Amino acid sequence: MFKVKIYISLKEGVADPQGITIKNALDSLGYSGVERVRYGKYLQVYLKNSDKKKLQKKIDDMCKKILVNPVIESYEYEIEEVK
Amino acid sequence: MKFGVVVFPGSNCDYDCYYVIKRVIGESVDFIWHKSSNLKGYDCIVLPGGFSYGDYLRTGAIARFSPIMKEVIEFSKNGGLVIGICNGFQVLLEAGLLPGAMRKNRDLLFICRYVYVRVENSDTPFTRLFHKGQVLHIPVAHFEGNYYIDPQSLSRLKMNSQVVFRYCSKDGEVADEFNPNGSVYAIAGICNERGNVLGMMPHPERCSESILGSEDGKLIWQSIVKSINERLAKE
Repeated sequence: MFKVKIYISLKEGVADPQGITIKNALDSLGYSGVERVRYGKYLQVYLKNSDKKKLQKKIDDMCKKILVNPVIESYEYEIEEVK
Repeated sequence: MKFGVVVFPGSNCDYDCYYVIKRVIGESVDFIWHKSSNLKGYDCIVLPGGFSYGDYLRTGAIARFSPIMKEVIEFSKNGGLVIGICNGFQVLLEAGLLPGAMRKNRDLLFICRYVYVRVENSDTPFTRLFHKGQVLHIPVAHFEGNYYIDPQSLSRLKMNSQVVFRYCSKDGEVADEFNPNGSVYAIAGICNERGNVLGMMPHPERCSESILGSEDGKLIWQSIVKSINERLAKE
């Protein structure tokens, strides 16, 4: 079985009010040097699939079709083999 | 003439729309469960507000794959009138029937209050009883109404007069302070290029009777009725 870790974030240039608010909170807690925070989502998808190439295509399909909104979001993922 | 109000799990303005169409406007209307796949006999489809599928993943992202949406897309391609209000607008964006996307409101607050919007295009089947520049007093209730579109696509929207409503002051002035959620170009509602699909964040069904504080929304329903009647007379 494969564990796929999918990271979804707002595209560069898309304003991120949550990221800005979190950055302000870090600033007010006294953590210096925080330049920027971008807020995103993290999904774990467990898949039974023997062929890693086909798996990549499947994940790309899933992301483009429903998991990600390509107008404002971008994604990347890691595949890990698990028992 | 017949309206259909689509009901997704989590829709919560469906009954308001149904009530206004039936009791205030006096037209025939049905609820359509999202698992249905038949839109035969309908002239206008309403995608109501609410929290379809609990807003999981993204607003409208899962509702967009409900069986009925395939039919709604087909219906719109054949020229049928589709109006998406609030969550319904978000569903239309996810379905690709309208361009752009919604982000969380600029101030990260759920905004539930009356605002003013200005009619930018009174030449759509939904706004023909207004005049250009008319200001409507109309409520919004959303967390994800911060409309985003890239600059190039925005110029296309403007060029094609697809911007239908913009947030403004009581006197119709558009400025940042009157934009409740941070939407690009203060956009509150847009239509597709053909003009038969409208998405708007404000709720016309909540302001169609004076007892509710405003009946500015009523003209939207009446515009739809007039447009459909004219089309039916031609057929």
